[in-house]
Amino acid sequence: MTMLLNHASHGDGIGYSFAQPTAAPVQQHSFYPYTDNGGSTLGITGSDFAILAGDTRSTSGYNINSRMAPKVFKIGGDDETGEGAQIVLSVVGFAADGNALKERLDNIVKMYKYKHGKPMSVSACAQRLSTILYEKRFFPITYTRFWEGKGALYSYDPVGSYEREQCRAAGAASSLITPFLDNQVNFKNQYVPGSGEGHALEPKKAEPLSRSTAEGLVRDAFTSAVERHIEVGDYLQLVTITKDGIEEAFQPLKKD
Amino acid sequence: MPGFDFSNYNRNAALHAKGVPLPKATSTGTTIVGCIYDKGVVIAADTRATVGPIVADKNCEKLHYIAPKIWCAGAGTAADTEFTTALISSNIELHSLSTGRDPRVITCMTMLKQHLFRYQGHIGAYLVVAGVDPTGVGLYTVHAHGSTDKLPYVTMGSGSLAAMSVFESTWQPDLDREGAISLCAEAIKAGIFNDLGSGSNVDVCVIEKDKPTQLLRNYEKPNPRGEKERNYRFPKGTTAWLNQRVISKEDMKKYVTIETLSGDGNLAVGEQMDVDV
Repeated sequence: MTMLLNHASHGDGIGYSFAQPTAAPVQQHSFYPYTDNGGSTLGITGSDFAILAGDTRSTSGYNINSRMAPKVFKIGGDDETGEGAQIVLSVVGFAADGNALKERLDNIVKMYKYKHGKPMSVSACAQRLSTILYEKRFFPITYTRFWEGKGALYSYDPVGSYEREQCRAAGAASSLITPFLDNQVNFKNQYVPGSGEGHALEPKKAEPLSRSTAEGLVRDAFTSAVERHIEVGDYLQLVTITKDGIEEAFQPLKKD
Repeated sequence: MPGFDFSNYNRNAALHAKGVPLPKATSTGTTIVGCIYDKGVVIAADTRATVGPIVADKNCEKLHYIAPKIWCAGAGTAADTEFTTALISSNIELHSLSTGRDPRVITCMTMLKQHLFRYQGHIGAYLVVAGVDPTGVGLYTVHAHGSTDKLPYVTMGSGSLAAMSVFESTWQPDLDREGAISLCAEAIKAGIFNDLGSGSNVDVCVIEKDKPTQLLRNYEKPNPRGEKERNYRFPKGTTAWLNQRVISKEDMKKYVTIETLSGDGNLAVGEQMDVDV
């Protein structure tokens, strides 16, 4: 019986409409080399400073890979500690790609300095990063990243579209942090009390933030994101860039 | 017993085929544990409820009442653990009334497994059943498909591996009440800190022979909210408005009876929500 059935399924005899499919179903191969390592980053600029902050948790699924995996990197420093750097890069999404991208941009910024005898300008570096990302148009590097130096903040998509911005949140908890930033940095949905009647109120004007205000907002954004997003936690890495250089600080976040 | 309503089944299947995503239930990606000791049994749970990667409830209750001396810890789909335990609790009460005896843990476990097996795993309730009855101390796990285990110490949920590692490394056969409570709390904390699906606080329930059952809600709170650095109180008049209408208390009195309560004294019943000041 089995032989009969098998023979019929080869279909070299008479083809009946109810015959078994003649060929084996097409084997589909897939290759997906990316993983999401979670975490969130946040950048805010003022008139004479820029802050880039990120949590240091690395996750996969419900597991914690590391509680101390910083994702804000100094670019173009004089040694491996990043001393002398003027530019900071943060990548969120797939950590392996983030590290590779950091290494690559770090090399490029250093080579520029050796070749031209002057440090790469922030805008030039921003454009160069865009080019690096677009090179991999059909095999993109990770998710969102952003990058900044000396009071300028640029944000990128995975294939190199970029924009200079005042503030930006990226990563797992970006949907939680962005509305907070809209309201507290750009004063969206806030009006000047008593400036008019009903709906004809004067919108509250956004002005450059002081460094202490911005740092307070960043810390509050992260302690709040930790409360409601499971992939954010452990430590907050807070990097501040001023004309005097880069200051880096770590503070503990909740570990659950 | 009334069953489930399947009247939307065909509609939802058709919508899903057209690309509409199916609704997502709140799952308690959870750590729950249980452990017996010389005179009784302890069960414990974390208090985090999640929807995907978002924390839906920071302090939910996962320890469910079945009978005065039988309690249940639930993992899996929140609604399923809630309703399944409530249903069995009701039936256990009726059964106890009809037999005139105290309910047994094994009866409860059998009712749970038969109910869950009938629904072939579609009811996503993963439970730890514990209690004391005339036959002694009972501790079981019940899986959504209907299989059960009887062990001196058990764990379930996404944090079960983290919790079991604590039991396997520190459990001893001659535990006393305090030893069992602290061992269960440690196991839950392993889940809270090492499993992203678990978090916040530790709830404990202790059931002992000839003693009232103790539900130690928030037995440990190892994750206090950090102080906020800035003040987010908006000045009055910050929000724009389309329309304004003032209704006075005098106008309201025409339609309803108004009683004025004093502001002092805590009038709220039950648990109060943590509110940012």
